[in-house]
Amino acid sequence: MTLFKKRKYIFTKRLDQLFSDLYSTVRFILLFLKDGFSRPFHFKSILHQCYEIGIKSLPLITLTGFIVGMVFTKQARPSLEDFGATSWLPSLMGIATIKALGPLVTALICAGKIGSGIGAELGSMKVTEQIEAMEVSSTDPFKYLVVTRIWATTVSITILVFYCSFLMLLGSYFNVHTEESSSMLTYFQNAFSTITFLDIFALIFKSVLYGFTIGIVGCYKGYHARQGTVGVGRAANQAVVTSMFLIFIEEVLVVQVAHWIRYF
Amino acid sequence: MEKLQKHFINRDEPVISIRGLHKSFEQLDVLQGIDFTLYKGENVAILGKSGTGKSVLIKIIAGLLKPDKGEVFALGKQVDKLKRKELSDLRLRIGFSFQNSALYDGMNIYQNLAFPLVMNSKNMTRREITIAVERVAEAVGLKDKLSQMPSDLSGGQRKRIGIARTLILKPEIMLYDEPTAGLDPITSTEIIELINSVQRRYNTSSIIITHDLTCAKNTSDRAAMLHDGKFIKVGTFDELFGTNEEPLKEFYDYNFIH
Ligand SMILES: Nc1ncnc2c1ncn2[C@@H]1O[C@H](COP(=O)(O)OP(=O)(O)OP(=O)(O)O)[C@@H](O)[C@H]1O
Ligand SMILES: [Mg+2]
Repeated sequence: MTLFKKRKYIFTKRLDQLFSDLYSTVRFILLFLKDGFSRPFHFKSILHQCYEIGIKSLPLITLTGFIVGMVFTKQARPSLEDFGATSWLPSLMGIATIKALGPLVTALICAGKIGSGIGAELGSMKVTEQIEAMEVSSTDPFKYLVVTRIWATTVSITILVFYCSFLMLLGSYFNVHTEESSSMLTYFQNAFSTITFLDIFALIFKSVLYGFTIGIVGCYKGYHARQGTVGVGRAANQAVVTSMFLIFIEEVLVVQVAHWIRYF
Repeated sequence: MEKLQKHFINRDEPVISIRGLHKSFEQLDVLQGIDFTLYKGENVAILGKSGTGKSVLIKIIAGLLKPDKGEVFALGKQVDKLKRKELSDLRLRIGFSFQNSALYDGMNIYQNLAFPLVMNSKNMTRREITIAVERVAEAVGLKDKLSQMPSDLSGGQRKRIGIARTLILKPEIMLYDEPTAGLDPITSTEIIELINSVQRRYNTSSIIITHDLTCAKNTSDRAAMLHDGKFIKVGTFDELFGTNEEPLKEFYDYNFIH
């Protein structure tokens, strides 16, 4: 093969791979939409996953949220002081948290912690034939393993976004209070003074979307792991990278759409 | 250890029949025209070198892989044509013991054994499930391990739990994928006895995949030799190894000289 032909061969092969990946991803999502809303629901398993995913991420989210809020406020203060505008700090933090940082920080942490966990867990079940074992004992592994996890990530991460946003504002309040000793009620009133219904709606929409993305990417990568233990590592890694990438794209899209709606 | 008790084989009642089965993966042609029948009450050993597609064959029978061409019937149903629900019902009647046991390593042994029942028998009480689990654990001689995790067990013990997990649904057909591979002779003997006692107790028909002629001889009524994607010979052991045909002789010599 000449170099050109070889390049062309590799290129067409890549393209082929890309399309078959895309096809199986779409099928995966459609299958979730079909199976996610039909019996049996495996509620016990969903609750268990919510515990594994949600409750066990609380310490990390608490710490990160509080520190990001506090540090952000501390760093923003000098610049605002130059204009004598420190009284705007709460509303600046409100905007920053609700419109961008809250969902984004939570989603990125969860992509790292939860996405990789799901990818590795399902990946190892796949390569050791545990998923097939489930199938031959007449349990639908897609329903039992995938659907429950996607529901659990969607619900837990939505709640975690609210929790993380609250902690960011709390961290910020901590800084404001030490500098200006204002009351918590005034702080929160100021923080939410410019937040509209659309912002809250976008926050909820983003949270659900990110939770769903992390769940579906982690499950997809794990469920399609191949080639033994190496494949498990790769599944975990790709779950994180792919979901982070998608989250950024979704962020841009949602912000753009919200912008259009606002000025419609 | 020999198959002492001859059981009744009903030659009029096939439980698995395969006709003209082909299966390939990308460029690799694994199965190239398999014809095979398993009768009620019969045990058949499938022999063959590593990588000839033995596991692929039984995975097709259990509906885990789709055939490219050909027909596969199990208990009167055409496996590859079934709907999800029908396939799931059929699988309750077929036990599958995996080559590497495939125990759920997130669950302890009790939960592993109970899993098929919890998922499929919604109207069983917890007490009934416990009784059933203890009964199969007893049958494989591992009743004292119920609270341990799969990673705490030895390879042979994992195999036995894997078999017990499929027995709990009282299957009519058992598919064993290399039940004795990688085990010492004494543990192999225990597994062979387990397979025979399963057959006596539950009156199953079985396919036993193995490289191990001792295991094949002591568990099976017939044997089939898979070579280059086809069964080159199916019959009793004397019919298979009484000849000097090349792949068969090589296989035989390897087993008993090394
Ligand atoms: N899902 C798959 N995708 C691609 N190739 C596969 C797949 N499953 C099996 N193969 C290939 O099919 C061939 C037969 O595999 P199989 O596992 O059936 O062998 P085997 O006879 O069971 O061998 P062993 O005795 O080592 O278990 C192998 O070459 C394997 O690489
Ligand atoms: Mg095999």
